[in-house]
Amino acid sequence: MGLEVSLKKKVNGFSLDVAWKTENELAVLFGFSGAGKTMTLQMIAGLMKPDEGIVRLDEKVFFSGKKGIDVPPYQRSFGYVFQDLALFPHMTVMKNILYGAKNIPEPERRARAEGIIKAFGLDGLEDRLPSEISGGQKQRVAFARALIKHPDMLLLDEPFSALDFPLRREMGQFLKRIRRDFNIPVVLITHDLGEATILADTMIVYTHGSIAQAGSPEEIFRNPSCEEVALLIDRTDIRFGN
Amino acid sequence: MLWDRGFCATCLIAGTIWHVMENSILFSMRLSLQVAAVATIFVVIAGICVAYVLARSDFRGKELVDILFTLPLVLPPTVTGYYLIVLFGRNGLIGKPFYDLTGLTIMFTWYAAALASFVVALPLMIKTTRAAIESVDRNLINASYTLGHNEFETTMSVILPLAKRGIIAGTVLSFARAMGEFGATLMLAGNIPGKTDTMPLAIYSIASSGEWSQAHSMALILTVMSGVFLYLASRFTKRIV
Repeated sequence: MGLEVSLKKKVNGFSLDVAWKTENELAVLFGFSGAGKTMTLQMIAGLMKPDEGIVRLDEKVFFSGKKGIDVPPYQRSFGYVFQDLALFPHMTVMKNILYGAKNIPEPERRARAEGIIKAFGLDGLEDRLPSEISGGQKQRVAFARALIKHPDMLLLDEPFSALDFPLRREMGQFLKRIRRDFNIPVVLITHDLGEATILADTMIVYTHGSIAQAGSPEEIFRNPSCEEVALLIDRTDIRFGN
Repeated sequence: MLWDRGFCATCLIAGTIWHVMENSILFSMRLSLQVAAVATIFVVIAGICVAYVLARSDFRGKELVDILFTLPLVLPPTVTGYYLIVLFGRNGLIGKPFYDLTGLTIMFTWYAAALASFVVALPLMIKTTRAAIESVDRNLINASYTLGHNEFETTMSVILPLAKRGIIAGTVLSFARAMGEFGATLMLAGNIPGKTDTMPLAIYSIASSGEWSQAHSMALILTVMSGVFLYLASRFTKRIV
């Protein structure tokens, strides 16, 4: 059960080769930029095709190189929040959110939108364009849009990276609440150490397209597997032999 | 009495000439607008489709297709016209079977003028629309997919609305180009007064026969119209960048 990911991909001289599993929990993909975290998330969502591998959530296989299965992204029912949020600039807040609720019949669709707008504190902003609301409000619109269809899993590509520190902490709490209310697996990319340790049930540390270490934040802090992981978690006090 | 009669006759002749002149200018203007409008409708449909494929998909020979559709932009219009005769002439590759089947040919009709304008204006539409589609943020398209919308729905709800300004600019430019088309039209539709003489062709005939005042006014009308179109196009293109 849970999410199983095994991916291989070679593109423009970069080689990704990763395999990991998580339960119904919050998994953080942690590492420097360019380590292959976004690529992994895009392949889970079906936005990029792996050369080979498996993407499976519970019993459902979304990609299997061997069996020739490749479910298109629009049939994968995952919520995805992009680093730049990717709100549609030509649609109002309400239209952005409704756009995520495609196959829900009408009275239910609008009721859900109104419910989520209220729950996320977006009341009164329904008719504003994304360019007319604040950074924190944009974040919540992006989450509302991704969650309105009640997805089977939530994929988050550094959604808080553009926020100031206090707002970032607030969004962390917000994310914990989402985890609790929706009770779905969440995969979060970050290269912010504080964010990773506060939020992660499992941390998967990426270096150069492969996994250097995976486990709970405590385990990784206590016992980093190599110099690069130690550097990433700011444990430069530990010495590794050559 | 005699003077009176002479005056009346002169007035009558002058009036008739003026009337004929006016009519021929009006006819050319109306024909030009009609040809450009019909050509532009087809340019918009075909242009968006071709630009979409060029912007959004990868296939072998893609650049070749791009070059083929861009050629009318740089070829002398007479060469474009020549190819159109080879294709659509009464003995042409497409024109002959069509003539054998229906007994009709588009040569020397206003349809031929519209076809010539279509082919010459199409590259402008493709270039502008392709650039506009390519400039739509990849993440917005991906976001639409992850929100459950397939390729077609994403195109209609996200890609085309966000490329709208480029598409409008391309449409205006294409219309202006179609209005000004001369060489290929001359080859394919001829310059038949009252039938296929669009404004550029009429100006050519009038200037050749030395009727300068009429040439002046027609040239001025065409210049003002084209200037307005360019102004509109630049207003739209500026905002897409």
